[in-house]
Amino acid sequence: MLFALLGVVAASSGVLAVVSRQVVHAALWLVTALGALAGCYLVLGAEVVALVQVLVYVGAIVVLVLFALMLTRAPIGRSADLDSPWQQRLAAGVVAAGTTGLLAAVLLTGVRGRVVDVDAARSASQPLARSLFGSWVLPFEVLSLLLLAALVAALVLSRERTGAPEPDAD
Amino acid sequence: MPEVLDTVVRVVAVLAAFLVLPLAVGQAEHKVMAHMQGRLGPMYAGGFHGWAQLVADGVKFVQKEDVTPAAADGRVFRLAPGVALVPYLVAMAAIPLAPGVVGADLDAGLLFVLAASAVAVLGTLMAGWSSANKYALLGGLRTAAQLLSYELPVVLGASSVAMAAGTLSLTGIGEAWRPWWMVWQLPALVCFFVGGVAELARPPFDMPVADSEIVFGPYTEYTGLRFAFFLLSEYAGIVVLAAMTTVLFLGGWHGPGPDGAWWMLLKTALVSVLVIWVRVAWPRLREDQLQTLAWKVLVPLALVQLVLTAVVAVGIAS
Repeated sequence: MLFALLGVVAASSGVLAVVSRQVVHAALWLVTALGALAGCYLVLGAEVVALVQVLVYVGAIVVLVLFALMLTRAPIGRSADLDSPWQQRLAAGVVAAGTTGLLAAVLLTGVRGRVVDVDAARSASQPLARSLFGSWVLPFEVLSLLLLAALVAALVLSRERTGAPEPDAD
Repeated sequence: MPEVLDTVVRVVAVLAAFLVLPLAVGQAEHKVMAHMQGRLGPMYAGGFHGWAQLVADGVKFVQKEDVTPAAADGRVFRLAPGVALVPYLVAMAAIPLAPGVVGADLDAGLLFVLAASAVAVLGTLMAGWSSANKYALLGGLRTAAQLLSYELPVVLGASSVAMAAGTLSLTGIGEAWRPWWMVWQLPALVCFFVGGVAELARPPFDMPVADSEIVFGPYTEYTGLRFAFFLLSEYAGIVVLAAMTTVLFLGGWHGPGPDGAWWMLLKTALVSVLVIWVRVAWPRLREDQLQTLAWKVLVPLALVQLVLTAVVAVGIAS
């Protein structure tokens, strides 16, 4: 029951984040969506995952997004140029519907009828760490390498755009 | 029925702590700063050493007009003080005074407190943006930049202790603590405490609210009770920081003589006074000094501490 409520909050604030014509409001709706998702994890008994979700996404990523918005432009009120042409909207709708259909199909056929008890002890910090650094250690490390590569690539791209770095540039 | 009663008692106790402790820190700041700077401070309200000044301030804030600037984004503007204040109330619920004397004993209490305090900063950012004031926007920018740099030392310092204790539970960390940890975990303590003070934008890290440059940063446009809520959230932040420093690094409820919640309260009070003392002792850091301190001093220090902790912890375990 609580899960369904949180799911509705997460989904509707996600939609609002996309539809909102005020760019900072979109970021704040994103906070609500991520927070409600953390609530979903919590209801499913995954306390650590929920807290990490809040710490990383709300505490770091959204702050970064807001920082970037404030640094570039964040007008109060509606920005008309945030509206995309109808072709783009249509394409986005098709992609979203496709992803939803795919996920729903996989999940419905995969777990249909099976009932799993919520087991808080299994997702406590120690069992979680044991499985993360035991059976899942290889994907975990590959993922960190991928992120490092993305970081280096971003640096290279931003350097090339500005040309030769100025001597007193930060 | 006893379970319900137990929950009610815990909730009321946390609420009482949330209402009393930040005000006590505020009063201490009035008095300690006055004495350190060789001046009197508020002395008249209430008679003895101006004890009722805080009450008078509260009455004043309630009476003031609640102004929302016409150009501001009203909803976000009005919501921001709540977003800044409530997470600290939530965080306090998870901090133990002694084993069992806690609002909610969580398996991942350390993560819980860190996550809740991270949300509180959103309130400041919302205030800075929605005020439609360039000083407020600058202040919000500075807050965000400062937060991004200092979140890392705080989390790394805290995780060093969690590694040493082998648990994320605050009660567990407090129980695992031994006096020699104060030496072994000293770099982590420095990282956590300095980073924590910086996240609260307390002097000497008060660039975001630098009154001589940008009025009062993100809080410039606020009046009355909403302004008071921001002040209160700063004091609540000091309480949470001091209590966390005590539990993680200073042994919490352990002490010479009998253990008990009163040790925790005493140490928390002392650390809070230290936060106030730092405000009086140092001038404001410049932005480049601020970032240098975070990235060239605290982050490397925290990483070295993590390696040290890992080596010693594995050495003890094997």
